[in-house]
Amino acid sequence: MSLLSAPLRARAEAEAARLPPLLARAEHLAGTVLLGEHGRRRAGLGDDFWQYRPVQPGDSRQMIDWRRSARSDVQYVRQREWQIAQSVMIWADPAASMRFASDKNLPEKAERARLLAMAMAVLLLRGGERVGLTGSSLPPRRGQAQLARLALALMQDSEADYTSPDMGGLVPHGRALLISDFMGDLAGLRGALTAAADRGVQGILYQILDPAEEVFPYRGRTIFESVGGTLTHETLKANDLRARYLERLAERKVELGRLCAATGWRLGVHHTSENAQSALLWLYRAMDGGTMA
Amino acid sequence: MILGPIGFTTPWLLLTLVALPILWIILRAVPPTPIRRRFPGVALLLGLKDEDSVTDRTPWWLLLLRTIAVAAVIAGLAGPVLNPRAEGEARATGPLLIVTDGSWASARDWREKIAVINGLLAEAGRAGRPVALMRLSDPEELEFQAAESWRSRLAGLVPAPWAVTPAMMERAADLLGEGSFETRWLSDGLAYDGREDLLVALEARGPVTVHESPRPVLALRPAAMTDGQIVLSAARATANGPRDIMVAAHGLDPAGVLRVLATLPLQFDATATEASGALSLPPELRARLTSFEIAGEETAGSVSLTDDGLKRREVALIAGREDREGLELLSPLHYLHQAFAPSADMLDGALMDVLPANPDVIVLADVATLSGAEEAALLDWVNGGGMLLRFAGPRVAASDVSRGEEAPLMPVRLRAGGRTVGGAMSWGEPKTLATFPEGSPFQGLVIPGDVTVSAQVMAQPDPTLAERVIAQLTDGTPLVTRKRIGAGQVVLFHVTANAEWSTLPLSGLFVQMLERLAVASSVTPPDATELAGSTWQPVEVLDGFGKLMDAGARPGVAGERLLAEALGPDLLPGLYEGPERRVARNVIARDDMLAPVAWPERIPVEGLERAAEMPLGGWLLAAAALLLTVDILAALALSGRLWPMRTAIGLLLAVLSLGTPDRVMAQDDTRAIAATAEVVLAHVITGNSALDDTAHSGLIGLGQVLSFRTSVEPAEPIAVDLETDELAFYPILYWPISPDQPTPSAEAYVRLNAYLRGGGLILFDTRDADVAGFGAASTNGARLQRLAAPLDIPPLEPVPEDHVLTRTFYLLSDFPGRYTGRPVWVESAPPDAERIEGMPFRNLNDGVTPVVIGGNDWAAAWAVNDRGDFLFPVGRGYTGERQRELAYRFGINLVMHVLTGNYKSDQVHVPALLERLGQ
Repeated sequence: MSLLSAPLRARAEAEAARLPPLLARAEHLAGTVLLGEHGRRRAGLGDDFWQYRPVQPGDSRQMIDWRRSARSDVQYVRQREWQIAQSVMIWADPAASMRFASDKNLPEKAERARLLAMAMAVLLLRGGERVGLTGSSLPPRRGQAQLARLALALMQDSEADYTSPDMGGLVPHGRALLISDFMGDLAGLRGALTAAADRGVQGILYQILDPAEEVFPYRGRTIFESVGGTLTHETLKANDLRARYLERLAERKVELGRLCAATGWRLGVHHTSENAQSALLWLYRAMDGGTMA
Repeated sequence: MILGPIGFTTPWLLLTLVALPILWIILRAVPPTPIRRRFPGVALLLGLKDEDSVTDRTPWWLLLLRTIAVAAVIAGLAGPVLNPRAEGEARATGPLLIVTDGSWASARDWREKIAVINGLLAEAGRAGRPVALMRLSDPEELEFQAAESWRSRLAGLVPAPWAVTPAMMERAADLLGEGSFETRWLSDGLAYDGREDLLVALEARGPVTVHESPRPVLALRPAAMTDGQIVLSAARATANGPRDIMVAAHGLDPAGVLRVLATLPLQFDATATEASGALSLPPELRARLTSFEIAGEETAGSVSLTDDGLKRREVALIAGREDREGLELLSPLHYLHQAFAPSADMLDGALMDVLPANPDVIVLADVATLSGAEEAALLDWVNGGGMLLRFAGPRVAASDVSRGEEAPLMPVRLRAGGRTVGGAMSWGEPKTLATFPEGSPFQGLVIPGDVTVSAQVMAQPDPTLAERVIAQLTDGTPLVTRKRIGAGQVVLFHVTANAEWSTLPLSGLFVQMLERLAVASSVTPPDATELAGSTWQPVEVLDGFGKLMDAGARPGVAGERLLAEALGPDLLPGLYEGPERRVARNVIARDDMLAPVAWPERIPVEGLERAAEMPLGGWLLAAAALLLTVDILAALALSGRLWPMRTAIGLLLAVLSLGTPDRVMAQDDTRAIAATAEVVLAHVITGNSALDDTAHSGLIGLGQVLSFRTSVEPAEPIAVDLETDELAFYPILYWPISPDQPTPSAEAYVRLNAYLRGGGLILFDTRDADVAGFGAASTNGARLQRLAAPLDIPPLEPVPEDHVLTRTFYLLSDFPGRYTGRPVWVESAPPDAERIEGMPFRNLNDGVTPVVIGGNDWAAAWAVNDRGDFLFPVGRGYTGERQRELAYRFGINLVMHVLTGNYKSDQVHVPALLERLGQ
């Protein structure tokens, strides 16, 4: 009968209620992007009618469209448009460093990352692509059911302060979307990108930062702790550190850019104080450009 | 220890001031603590070195600030007191009795009196003297208790709206008991019979000191009507020089809003104890007056309520023939004019012109036929409460009105032509009046022998005739008939309004009859015969401060008592409503005089302004807190953490709220959310911690059992402070009664009543079923009666066998707790509840009973500790376990009853529903 155990029901309901809003908000966000089927504009395997062509030698009798052929003397074969589904793998950093918001009016970085990942998944699934998570936990699949599985998998939090993507189950020549603050050691990321480039996978690095991380508005004697509590740094005058911190941040961005240039990936930066919709548009254009090619 | 005007209660604590220099050194050595800050970018900071590594030292002025703050704390805890009582005066020991008159006159300067009592209690508390408090207007058994427990009850101590009667004085003297004690008497300055006897009784038990305000008490007598003017007179106890007062006349404005309609300045001459003046108001305004009040007095005696007595009725007189100019004495309206002139305002004009003025009475003297529009308008007016008074005459006798069938505006059907008796051309003597029948408004009037009737219109015998006759002749023919229409009535005198047909208008009986018909009754107060046998319902009552309150569900008062009996707890001053009219019962009667009390020489009399002891500890501690707050700000500023303005503003607000310590803290939102997120059982904080703990663990035990057995899963019980907490969140309040718990304040009672009306349930538990029968026999029972007196509680009855409480979850026949056997009381069933044939129970209370009262100490039977063990033994062996189980079952039934209302009661309809479904 303690206060903790009694509202278990209420807390469980609250937890369960988080999923539909994430889905709904992701769907809502995705609804702002108009999309069309990206057909190949050539005959192939697909659902949409492409053309009738006269029977050529070598065509099997089974391929003849008898209904069309009956209307004329020539026999026709019915061709469908060639549609390919891409495999897209998404990684939204579950690390503790993402669960940070400098102001209570701002969303946490992790929240924004999940929202963008889900919205992209909604758009891509609607476009007929196969979407999954990096690593072996959730391989790319099609359909609405995948959306619920994705949402569930994206809600997992990690205890570690900084994590890097596991590029285990990469589908060759697929696409990837990595969303993180990239504050941890870049070695893991470098390895992942190299592995991806080896398998012909291209994609987007999307860095999400809190405004406080960009301006470093701290003063006075301060002990800085990482969100997970593993790293600490004490300073007597925080304001003295600002210039050097910003320099290091800029260096890191340059480093990420260099990595992308080497592997043919694209790099985007987003702040949690900005509009999620513009971020989604940018992501979709960046992803679309690759898929349409 | 005393330093100048300041004394210290614990001077040894001042020795710790020596430690201050050590504190100085320690504070100097410790630099300010760093802020810990979460920051994901810390990975980028690793390895960065500070450019200058200056260690921060606390600056000297901050050290000084802190040292002063600590010194203030030490001095504050040492208990400094400004103006401490001189040694000899404060050394009085032994019990102290504080007597207050508590009458209407005490309401003046009541705050000062409470302050004096508070000061006396504070002193008694410091001296460790037990204190008892007695209100002479409502004397109760003396309870000598610690002063602090009385201070918590002071909020509930209010003056009564009546004077102290000799009976009350006698009772107070009887209640004094044996022991010896010192007495402080807060007198209201008025002489009462029996005061000397009580004084002697008190002096026999110890020294007596009187506290009295030198300002004389003022009182306002009921207003009287003289020559169309309202005469107001005020009285004062002592003539202490000339004084001007203002009397305000309150009334409803046309929009129905209460406001001051007129004011009247009155002047007391230097040596007079009375002042009077006359107020002239137009009748329309006069009819709206509700009360008069001496401005600025705020006692029940300075308010005088008005009743129907002030209202001069408006009478419209309309005659059928106006053609006989000059023959004044033959005019059909002449005698009516004479009868009404002293007491009513008369309207003349055409019928349709006077109707919009909405007169109280319209007199139609020998008017036979009315046009359709006139008749409809009149009917409307009568329906709305008007009184139509008709007189017969030659025209009515000659017309066809009400011949074949009864006209709407005639009480009876009339025979054609009427009759003449005792005239020159007829046999027999003129007829005289018979004694007025039982139930007639004229019953009891003396009929003069010279009233004769020589002509009249005759009523057709109809089935309804007998009940409509209110006066008849000796031969049984109706003389006056009456019919009620809607809220109004039509009265027909079967003779003319002049002396043509009878000598009635010439006699005094005529005026008396009109008065009895409430046509001209205004100025006379009701007499004993009119009051006898009637019951008067209070509409609004006055409190001690002269505020009008809704009377609520107070019982009616028998007419004999209404004006004769002295005011007291059973007869409050206020406005009472009887069958025909309203009567105001004021604190001050028309001829009451105020006399000042004369204390014997030997009794010391003090004023109300005592140079009170003023403890300074609180102020010093507050100053220390303020200094420490400044210290926080300064420390933050030094360490660079005072950068967001929000923080600064927040701290500023914190300082401001610290400056007003008595401000009621805003209701905590988290508490409200905790109370409403789930079902929460609550208990009232009684101030007795053992009792509160038992109630709390009892509700925890009940909650556990509820969770195991039912779908109700209550959260942790909440303790409710009646003075500060919102009650609406809790479906049920458990209120254990102890003799020493504080009386809630008036605001708390308002909220409790709102809670009860809003569907809440309070379970009162006197916890004494083992030692007491029900009633006031036990101290807890008596305390419960006093606590619950201001609550709006409906009539109660012991739980009947078929009450819904016996079957909301379990089928129960009795409701034991730790004790068993006492009846449990709930709201009584409506008197018309009947058992339907074939149903196991009556269809009772359509709703939840607002209170359940018993004494079985349920919380003790329910109570468990945090390991789930029972805290109190119940009975012995198996029967004891069974009793505890039944106690839990009662708790479950009660919670189910609160949460589901009459749901179970509705099961009576199940057979009918099944039948309708065809099963």
